[in-house]
Amino acid sequence: MTVATNTYYDRKGILGTLGRDGLLQIILIANTILMLAPIVIMVFSAFKTTPQIFQSPFGIPDFTQVQNFIKIWSETNFLRYLLNSFVVTGASMVLILTLGTMAAYAIGRYAFTGANFILMFFLAGLTLPLKLAIIPLFMLMRDLSILNNQLSLIFVYTAMGLPSTVFIMTGFIRTLPSELEDAARMDGASEARIMWSIMLPLVRPAMVIAGIQNVVPIWNDFFFPLVFIQNDSLKTLPQGLTTFMGEYTTDWGVLFSGLTLSAAPIIIIYIVLSRQFIAGMTSGAIK
Amino acid sequence: MPQFRMTGRGLWITALIVPPLCFVALFIVYPIISAFAYAFFDWQGLKRLDFVGLENFHTVLFVEPYRSWTLNAFKNNIIVFFALMVLQNGLGFILAYALWRELPGARFHRIAVFLPVVLSTIIVAYLFKLFYHPLFGVVNISLKSIGLGEWAQPWLGQSGTALWSIIAAQAWHMVGFPTLVFLAGMQRIPSEILDAVRMETESEWVKITKIVWPLVAPSATIVFTLLFVGAFNWFELPYIMGGLDGSPFGSTDVLGLYFYRTAFGNVSAGQQDFGLGSALAVLIFIFIAAIAAVITTRLRAREIQL
Repeated sequence: MTVATNTYYDRKGILGTLGRDGLLQIILIANTILMLAPIVIMVFSAFKTTPQIFQSPFGIPDFTQVQNFIKIWSETNFLRYLLNSFVVTGASMVLILTLGTMAAYAIGRYAFTGANFILMFFLAGLTLPLKLAIIPLFMLMRDLSILNNQLSLIFVYTAMGLPSTVFIMTGFIRTLPSELEDAARMDGASEARIMWSIMLPLVRPAMVIAGIQNVVPIWNDFFFPLVFIQNDSLKTLPQGLTTFMGEYTTDWGVLFSGLTLSAAPIIIIYIVLSRQFIAGMTSGAIK
Repeated sequence: MPQFRMTGRGLWITALIVPPLCFVALFIVYPIISAFAYAFFDWQGLKRLDFVGLENFHTVLFVEPYRSWTLNAFKNNIIVFFALMVLQNGLGFILAYALWRELPGARFHRIAVFLPVVLSTIIVAYLFKLFYHPLFGVVNISLKSIGLGEWAQPWLGQSGTALWSIIAAQAWHMVGFPTLVFLAGMQRIPSEILDAVRMETESEWVKITKIVWPLVAPSATIVFTLLFVGAFNWFELPYIMGGLDGSPFGSTDVLGLYFYRTAFGNVSAGQQDFGLGSALAVLIFIFIAAIAAVITTRLRAREIQL
């Protein structure tokens, strides 16, 4: 790539190249500023009092001034919402990865009648906008008497996460060589033992991709809690945020700290694992 | 013995496949089929009454005031779709092209452009709601500080600007997604093709329109389809920034809000109506499925197999 590009540069002349690449670089820098500025303003404002925000919205704050965060800690249900989000997301992810791997393993590893049909059945769920089925889902949760119960969220998220997980994992499991498996079978290992001790350690990379693709929408989801959960102590973070933002409408310092606190976990994890995040979240759209 | 083994394996496969199938059947397939059935009944609260045939569909499409609400929401969804086509996918293509050159700092730019994508839509909605505040929001304060004070306005408070302000927030939130999908598409273009192009032409424009754009067609198909489905399911941003009624004066009302409001009711509209709500859901669903199928087949046709 670089060698070829260099010869191209030589033919065109260094100035022309600089002009074109300069323009592209300016576009990128301008865009990055535009992308980061709202987040930086949000974090800065979290450390300011409301009058300070109104007077100098762009000023660098005194980062030792944390009374907004103390207020959130002591006066609101924020920690509860955060904990609820962890519980719901965690439980959903465990179920998605367990059930998704089971289905993908059966479809990808064994030849049986109907395997393709079952795969198609899972894939159909990939494109259906489940939001539009919210009325029957609401009735279903009522009949199961898990409205206002986090199980309703966990079940819906699990069902929503399975199609993409089965899709990603089946593709991956099919590519694994069968020699190890056959050798173990010769030695008399049971099917369960082969899956657990031999194949599962090999599918971890696909699990990471499938996991990230599902964990971000589940952690961020607002729509299903809005319909299923009424009780304030059961609310997840995005839903709790609406309660919180309604209570402190005029205290902008607290509002910005609340937004910063809600955004912090995922931003930090994203910065650490940006490569896996980008791969995971776009994996559904890249063949 | 082999006979026994086969049944054992059959049981094992069944044990693996049935639990996940049950989840998908119970929480995806069954609700979606039911949504179609619900639309043909009259509902009172949570109670299903008589079979009414197509009456619910007739009401939301042809009886006032539902008719104008439906049309207004639908019109706004179309605006949202085309605006985001330019602001999100168009800008995404340009950014992907710039990132593809691997200029100094490309890695950093790539991380930055995708950062808003991982944020919760609710956070983005509130953040921009504060930014658009008429008196203290950073948008108007910035305009005033660079001498464009007369451009400052109540962005979310007037019909002319409210929808566009929310669209801008959406574009900021999601532009990183098409960018990185396009970038992945560009990175898959074989280097032999690029080398051949370099021999033929020096024009960047020819290279983009004749080579890069046709070769990232698979990415474009996916990104366009996802944007279409997303635009007609749009809910969170207008819900937080414009409110459940699509205020001011329905200028930010979209099908997602209208459907939710009809199904579950709100403070001003009072009654919830599962029948009308389901009819709307079915219509939206059929519309999305039909157009998405057309988009996908049309765009697939122009994809080139490498």
